[in-house]
Amino acid sequence: MGDLITMDDLTNEEIIQILDEANTLLPVARGEAYLPLLQGKVLGNLFFENSTRTRMSFETAMKRLGGEVLNLSTIGSSVAKGETLYDTMQMVDGYSDIAVIRHPRQGAAQYSADAVNIPILNAGDGAGNHPTQTMLDLFTIREAHGSLEGLNVMMVGDLRYGRTTHSLSHALVRFGAKLTLVSPKSLKMPIEIVSDLKSHGADINETEEMISSISSADVIYMTRIQKERFPDEDEYNKVADVYKLDASDLVEAKNQMIIMHPLPRVNELHPNVDSTEHAKYFQQAFNGVPTRMALLCRGLGIEVPKKVK
Amino acid sequence: MSEMRRVTAICNGTAIDHIPSGHALQVLKMLRLDVGRSNPISMVMNVPSGKMGRKDVLKIEDRELNQEELDRLALIAPKASVAIIRNYGVAEKRTIELGSELINIVKCSFSNCITQNNREPLPHKLKVISSEPMEVRCSYCGRNQNVDEMVDYII
Repeated sequence: MGDLITMDDLTNEEIIQILDEANTLLPVARGEAYLPLLQGKVLGNLFFENSTRTRMSFETAMKRLGGEVLNLSTIGSSVAKGETLYDTMQMVDGYSDIAVIRHPRQGAAQYSADAVNIPILNAGDGAGNHPTQTMLDLFTIREAHGSLEGLNVMMVGDLRYGRTTHSLSHALVRFGAKLTLVSPKSLKMPIEIVSDLKSHGADINETEEMISSISSADVIYMTRIQKERFPDEDEYNKVADVYKLDASDLVEAKNQMIIMHPLPRVNELHPNVDSTEHAKYFQQAFNGVPTRMALLCRGLGIEVPKKVK
Repeated sequence: MSEMRRVTAICNGTAIDHIPSGHALQVLKMLRLDVGRSNPISMVMNVPSGKMGRKDVLKIEDRELNQEELDRLALIAPKASVAIIRNYGVAEKRTIELGSELINIVKCSFSNCITQNNREPLPHKLKVISSEPMEVRCSYCGRNQNVDEMVDYII
């Protein structure tokens, strides 16, 4: 019931409510107020794949709300001995009240949700979905633009394997966004996703060229070409550095345009962009904390107060 | 010449008519009747049909297919008509139904799907997104399946 596997698990009204709750929780996320809403609750933080921001921000979110965290990583656990995901999840079901899972295999989050009774939050399943990232992305977009409605959003880079763009595009088209999908031919958005987006009436433009769309964009969502998803290094090298955004590319950009990135970055976003007013990616990473607080509360059925003292 | 004269009538068993032309072998595979069985099976392929232009027909002797087996056919021959034959007569007509989800009938073909680990115990589940044209998607990983290749992934 409290599962979050793909963005289809949330209505637009629920998305807005969660973003409002995250906004209320900002002082708690910053450590300026203490609100032990989740005292006595235990989060199972299950990372079968590397993570910095997602794992840490979930842990911080839980702790700032007075809850406890159990961390599982594949190194040093029975996963390395060949334990099935199903068996691992039975343990987690017994040891925690809610679980966050990241897994290299696509479908692992839905599979986990089917395997246990506790709520499951998908923190990335292979090249599938990453809905909690989408929620913090939406929080960041709304923070900058005041609304999610009708924005012109460019997504750049690895749209084939980039799960953040899969979930985010689903959410944005429901709010009437116009999407410009910029990627090399070999890393285009999967056809089932484009077909789903179009069936929602989305206005989508797929292109290989980045620069010409910058001036009309409200949001540029850069992504890393993910070396770890390529079957061989030669294929990776062909496309590794095709998109590099530099501060000098932004002279024609709208004043309000924001640049986002789920991070980590490699070469696609030059450090000289960091000091421009467009750069929002570090703020975006922080926004993972209040957003994930609100998502943990939703998962556990805990009401967030309208005001935090 | 009608197709009924190409194959003799069977005493007991199942007759499957109106299989799309050229798909009878896939149907046998889908029903797991292609290997390791001793039931006599008659097959005609590409015979003229008023309804379909051309069609295939299968007659399986001494075996009454159950509904679960017949529902597997929905993936290949959703419009096939099935008759259970007893003592040379049609004892029952059965319809093929394409449900909204296919459970433990076909595996997801995507190499990085969580269900690729054979030791994972939960059932394989595929969602039927639309029947015409057939669009089927793994309920776990969300990948669309190649309908023509699905017969290679039957469980």
